[in-house]
Amino acid sequence: MLDLGLDVLLKGTNMVRLLQGLWVAMQISLVSIAISMPLGILAGGLMTMKNRLVRFIFRIYLEFIRIMPQLVLLFIVYFGSTRVFGWNLSGESASVIVFVLWGTAEMGDLVRGALISIPKHQYESSEALGLSKLQTYRYVIIPQTVRRLIPLAINLITRMIKTTSLVLMIGVVEMLKVAQQIIEANRMTSPNAAFGVFLIVFILYFLACWPISMLARYLEKRWR
Amino acid sequence: MAETLLSVQNLTKKFEDHTILDGLNLEIKKGEVIVIVGPSGCGKSTLLRCINALEPIQGGTVTLSGKPIEYGSRNLAAVRQKIGMVFQSYELFPHLTVLDNIMLAPLKVQKRAKDEVKQETLQLLERVGLKEKADSYPRQLSGGQKQRVAIVRALCMHPEILLFDEVTAALDPEMVREVLDVMLDLAKQGRTMIIVTHEMQFAKAVADRVIFLDQGHIVEEDAPEVFFEHPKTERAKQFLNVFTFDKVEHK
Amino acid sequence: MNWDFIMEYLPMYERAAILTVKLGLIGIAFAVLVGLICAMIQYHKIPVARQIVAVYIELSRNTPLLVQLFFIYYGLPKLGLQFGPELCGIIGLAFLGGSYMAESFRSGLETIEPIQRESALSLGMTNRQTMQYVILPQAVSISVPAFVANVIFLLKETSVFSAISLMDLMFTAKDLIGLYYKTIESLFLLVVFYLIILLPVSILGSLLERRLRHAGFGA
Repeated sequence: MLDLGLDVLLKGTNMVRLLQGLWVAMQISLVSIAISMPLGILAGGLMTMKNRLVRFIFRIYLEFIRIMPQLVLLFIVYFGSTRVFGWNLSGESASVIVFVLWGTAEMGDLVRGALISIPKHQYESSEALGLSKLQTYRYVIIPQTVRRLIPLAINLITRMIKTTSLVLMIGVVEMLKVAQQIIEANRMTSPNAAFGVFLIVFILYFLACWPISMLARYLEKRWR
Repeated sequence: MAETLLSVQNLTKKFEDHTILDGLNLEIKKGEVIVIVGPSGCGKSTLLRCINALEPIQGGTVTLSGKPIEYGSRNLAAVRQKIGMVFQSYELFPHLTVLDNIMLAPLKVQKRAKDEVKQETLQLLERVGLKEKADSYPRQLSGGQKQRVAIVRALCMHPEILLFDEVTAALDPEMVREVLDVMLDLAKQGRTMIIVTHEMQFAKAVADRVIFLDQGHIVEEDAPEVFFEHPKTERAKQFLNVFTFDKVEHK
Repeated sequence: MNWDFIMEYLPMYERAAILTVKLGLIGIAFAVLVGLICAMIQYHKIPVARQIVAVYIELSRNTPLLVQLFFIYYGLPKLGLQFGPELCGIIGLAFLGGSYMAESFRSGLETIEPIQRESALSLGMTNRQTMQYVILPQAVSISVPAFVANVIFLLKETSVFSAISLMDLMFTAKDLIGLYYKTIESLFLLVVFYLIILLPVSILGSLLERRLRHAGFGA
């Protein structure tokens, strides 16, 4: 029979270690999401403000964060902070910082997009009905914004989870790193482990992201 | 007696459990102008779509000069060239200029010479008063202008019969007339046409025969004078009453 | 900032940037091809192929490129499928990008109302002519903003190529940081080169998007 190297995963605690590696990645993305959501909503609100300077500053921030590959941002924070500030950031902390910076920018843009996508008529007709500014937001604008926003925000979570695979490159021991270690340790006994182990890593990433993507798509359809 | 051009036999169209057209029979002679009227949802538009095989049918046949028009059949494209269709929503191709919209099918489908097609197109555009719009894009035209272009686009294929599906329903009132005038002109030229419309005055003027469709059946079929002045059935009377108003009595 | 160091290693970055752009563009070209094929299969609802495409799109969109690359570069050779690192990078980018391109083409196709197709058919056009002259030209121009966004996304994604030992910009930066501790200079060059690659595409994208959104055809 063709040796796919899947047996390695049944040895000792290998499978558990892989899952722990995935959990590290999940933790980084969940913590980052939790912090960047409120910050992103704040940023989005600020970006729709009339103040040109505020808008300009956020625009520059947003464009820089979005145009740079996330790996470059990780390098800047991880290597740069040591050099410039003398900090000795752990890979995990550097990852959370980058993911929060990135998440805030993306979330801010989504909030801005959702806010400006509400047609002006909605404000006008609320006003015509005699609703106060606060009531207009409370009952008309925010419910519509939230419905547009939630599926996109959920999608951002899957993007973060996928991007956590990069933290391997700044020395964080997550699933891919564990996978490499397992393959290395079993090089003699199981030469084909690279196939089986990376296949499982592929599947595990898929299982982590797919349900979330499906949820986002379901909500998007339901609330359209 | 002119020859029969289009023949609809026992046409049945169902959508799931709902019967939209129920064993319909219709014969149209060459040069005849038929107006189909009826309440919304009576199947008027569906009938036109079935004649052009844009929808699968569940029974019956449609033939043009004896040749069958069948949904999904191989020679459908060839038969459809002989049937011009104009839609309520114009359906010009937004990425092409007026000229290219009209010339696309004659050039690509009928492989006619470009000079000849262009000359004809410009003549027809002039006739509907739109020659200066030849290089405009559809979005630069008003609804009435778009619809006149759509009619020219159908004409340029030299169809044997023209189908008009509520072509003025989406237009502002002041643009309705310019489109109807073009259609009246076509009727005078002796074109064979099937027109679905809500414009009753126009129907009276243009039709050789009015067909009143209700719930998938032909309820009445008459000369326009007869249908509009002395409808035979209760349903037709009710339908025509929708278009008249009683004066509000002052208190 | 040590400018002498920067000048000295500029050519190294240049070579790396050329590799990044070269592999990126070839990968994107294949991604467009894969995406078009997938979008056509889905649009025409071809049985079986359609299900395969759906599975592929889900797999490709819900896994990271780095994991896809590791599987292709380290995993597949165990089955006797061995590719060099450059080819691996291209295959990975095409595998990832194909699904993103397919989605943008599909949504472009979906925005064309079915009655446009019927109007072309009623002029006697065949299905192929309808697609070629009426549907595709409209769908493609509607997909332009999403297409440009995908191009930027995929060019950014090439930054993981260093993990399969391709000497791209990331590889070069990491190498220089490790060798000479010239962290600031190396990171500066890294950022500058990515900006040189990505900024023009981004600006072009927003110009095109503005044009399409505010004008459409015939402005």
